Amino acid sequence: MKRREFLQKGAIAVAGVAIATSGAAAVSFAASWTAELKAFSEHEGETLLKMVREIFPHDRLADSYYIKVVHDLDQEAQATPASAQMMHDGIAQLDAGGAKKFAARSSAEQVAGLKRIETTPFFQKVRGIELVSLYNNPAVWKRFGYPGASYPFGGYLHHGFNDLKWLPDPPASASPKAS
Amino acid sequence: MARFDSGDDSVVVIIGSGAGGGTLANELTQKGLKVVLLEAGQRQSSATFHNDEWFAFNQLAWLDKRTTSGSWRVAKDFPNLPAWICKTVGGTTVHWAGASLRLQEHEFKAKTNYSNITGANLLDWPIGLADLAPYYAKAEDKMGVTRTNDIPGLPGNNNFKVMYNGATRVGYKTVHTGRMAINSRPRDDRSSCWQLGFCFQGCKSGAKWSTLYTEIPKAEATGKLDLRPQSQALQILADKNGKATGVLYADANGQHNVQKARIVCVACNSIESPRLLLNSATSTYSSGLANSSGQVGKNYMRHTTGSVFAIFKKPVHMYRGTVMAGIIQDESGLDTSRGFAGGFEMETISLGLPFTAAFLNPGAWGRDYAGMLDQHNNMAGMWIVGEDMPQESNAVTLNPTEKDQFGLPIPNVHYDDHPNDLAMRAYGYKRGAAVYDAVGAIRTIETPPYPSTHNLGTCRMSESPRDGVCNKWGQTHDLKNLFISDGSQFTTSAGENPTLTIVTLAIRQADYIAGECAKKNL
Repeated sequence: MKRREFLQKGAIAVAGVAIATSGAAAVSFAASWTAELKAFSEHEGETLLKMVREIFPHDRLADSYYIKVVHDLDQEAQATPASAQMMHDGIAQLDAGGAKKFAARSSAEQVAGLKRIETTPFFQKVRGIELVSLYNNPAVWKRFGYPGASYPFGGYLHHGFNDLKWLPDPPASASPKAS
Repeated sequence: MARFDSGDDSVVVIIGSGAGGGTLANELTQKGLKVVLLEAGQRQSSATFHNDEWFAFNQLAWLDKRTTSGSWRVAKDFPNLPAWICKTVGGTTVHWAGASLRLQEHEFKAKTNYSNITGANLLDWPIGLADLAPYYAKAEDKMGVTRTNDIPGLPGNNNFKVMYNGATRVGYKTVHTGRMAINSRPRDDRSSCWQLGFCFQGCKSGAKWSTLYTEIPKAEATGKLDLRPQSQALQILADKNGKATGVLYADANGQHNVQKARIVCVACNSIESPRLLLNSATSTYSSGLANSSGQVGKNYMRHTTGSVFAIFKKPVHMYRGTVMAGIIQDESGLDTSRGFAGGFEMETISLGLPFTAAFLNPGAWGRDYAGMLDQHNNMAGMWIVGEDMPQESNAVTLNPTEKDQFGLPIPNVHYDDHPNDLAMRAYGYKRGAAVYDAVGAIRTIETPPYPSTHNLGTCRMSESPRDGVCNKWGQTHDLKNLFISDGSQFTTSAGENPTLTIVTLAIRQADYIAGECAKKNL
C-alpha cells in the first residue's frame, strides 16, 4: 500500500492510519502483557519496551503507555511479514551488541546501543510508529495536560485563549478586544 | 448544480478547486460562463473536519507518492512528502492559516532590485503593484481580510502575547495580529472566529475563508458550475494549431473520461500543475505542453522557512486560538545590509502535541528531545517565511521510473537551498530567538522547514516567451486558450504568504478571460 512508504526514514503518514485503526488498544498489567503479543516472544516484547522507553523517555509516563506502543508494533509485525522479520533481526542485533542482553543493560548502555543503530530501517520503523502511537494517544495527552479537540467545548474564545498573565497585554491597536 | 455534457466544447475546464481554481470558477460563473471544475479530492465540510492533527492529515493532505532530491532537509526528513498541501474540494485553502499580505512593489522587480545574485534565475514580473492594487482590494473584500475594509483585527492569543512583548522589547515596531482572512466578526454568512486552534485541520467554525464554503457554493448557485470531485486530470489535450481542446481525467471509479473545453485553466498547485503539463507531451508538444521555453517545472520555490520555538518557565498554551495569531513585519523590507536579498515575515505558529513531536526536530529522539516535548504547554512558536531565490535547477520533473495508480510518472521535487536562502534562514533564526530571549526564554529551538505549503514558480509569468511559461494574465505563451491559474505563475516568491496574491491573480484573470471571450478572441 502506497501510504506505507511514507514511514520510511522517519516520515510518518502511515502510522496515523495505523493508529486510527488500532484505536484504543487495550493496555494490560505488566505481569501478563507480553502474553498478548502475537508476533513477538516475551523476551522480544520486553526488549521493545525498553527500546521505546529510551527513544522517547518521559518520567511522567508509566510503562503502560509504552506497552501500548509495543502492541502497535506487534500489529505492524502481524500485518507485514517483512516488518516482522526486520524487527526480529533488529532485536537480535541489539542483544548481540554487548555482554548482557539489551533489556538487562543500564539505561546509559541502552541509549548507547540505540545510538549505534539509529540510522537502520529497524530503528526508523520503531521510532516512526512510536511517534504516532505515543503522542497521538489521548491518555498520554491527559498526562501532558494537552486537551486535544477544542470544538466540543466551543473553542478557546471563552476558555483561556488569551489568559496568559505573566506578560502585559498588548495594546488594542496591536490586539483588539474580541468583537 | 449544473451538469454539462462531456462533448460540450463551450465550457471552461478548471483543474483544481483551491485558492486559484475555486476563485476563478466563481468569478467566471458570475460572469455567465459555464465551468467544469475538476478536483482530485473528495468534498468535506466544516461538519466532517476533525480537531485532530493526524486524522485531518490523512483526511485532507495530498498523500500520493512523490520523490525528492537535493540538499534541502525536507528530502531527508520527508523523502516522499515534499509538500504539505491538500487533495480535497477547496484545495489548500482548507489547510491554510489565513495570513493575507499584499506583495510589496519592490518584490515585483527582484531582478532589478537585487542586482546580480550568482545562481539565481531572477526575473522581473511583467506586472507591478499598480496592476494588482484594484484586484487586491477585491480579494481582501471577498475574503474578509482583517485590518482592511474596516474589519477589525483579531484578538491576540497567548502565543501572540509572548511574540508582541518580545518583539517590542528588541525594538520591532510593526507587530500586530495580522491581516487575516478569518472573520473577527460575522461576515458573508460565516461566523466569527471561535479561537479553536486547528486552523490547519479545516476550520470547524467556518470563520476562516476557504473556497470550499465561499466561492464554490456561490458558483454553484449560479447554475453554471459543474463540480466534479474525485476527478483527477491525467492529460490536457491539444490540437496541432496551438489550441487546448479538452482534458482527460479519471473519475471516482477510475473510469477515464474526456471533457471537451473552450478554455483550460490549470490550478493544481506548483507540483501537480507542471507535472500535468509535462505528462501532456505529444509528438507535437514533445517537451510537454506550453513548454517551448523549457521553463515548465523549473524555478520551483517554496519560501525560505524555518520555525523558532521557545520554552518558558510558565505556561503559554500556544495551541489555544488561531495558529497565525500575529506578525512581526520589520524584517520584510528591502535591506541588503543584513547579508541577503529579500525580506521575511515572522508569524506565530503553533502545533498540538502530536505534531510538535513529529516536526520540532524530525528524526530526533532521546532524553533531551523528550524533555523539550515535556514542556509543550510552556512553548511559544513563530514561523519565518521569506523570499527564496528561483534557481533553474530547482525543479519539478517526471520521475523516470516510478508511476502512479494511473500509470503516469510521479513528480520528483528537487531543491537546493541557495546561499541567500541559507543566510536569510540563519539570520531569521537568530532574530526569532532574540525575540523570545527578551521575555525570558529558558531555551530556544531552531526547527527546520516543514514539508512545503508555499509551492511557487514552476510555470512562471514572463514578459518574453523565452523566459517563462505564461504572460501577465497567466495565459500560456504557447497556447492562447490554456491558462495557469495558481501560484505556479509567480515569477519570484516575494516574502509574503501567497494565497491573497493567488486569489487576486484569479480575479484579474477572470476579467481577462471574460473580456477575451466577449471579443471572440477565445
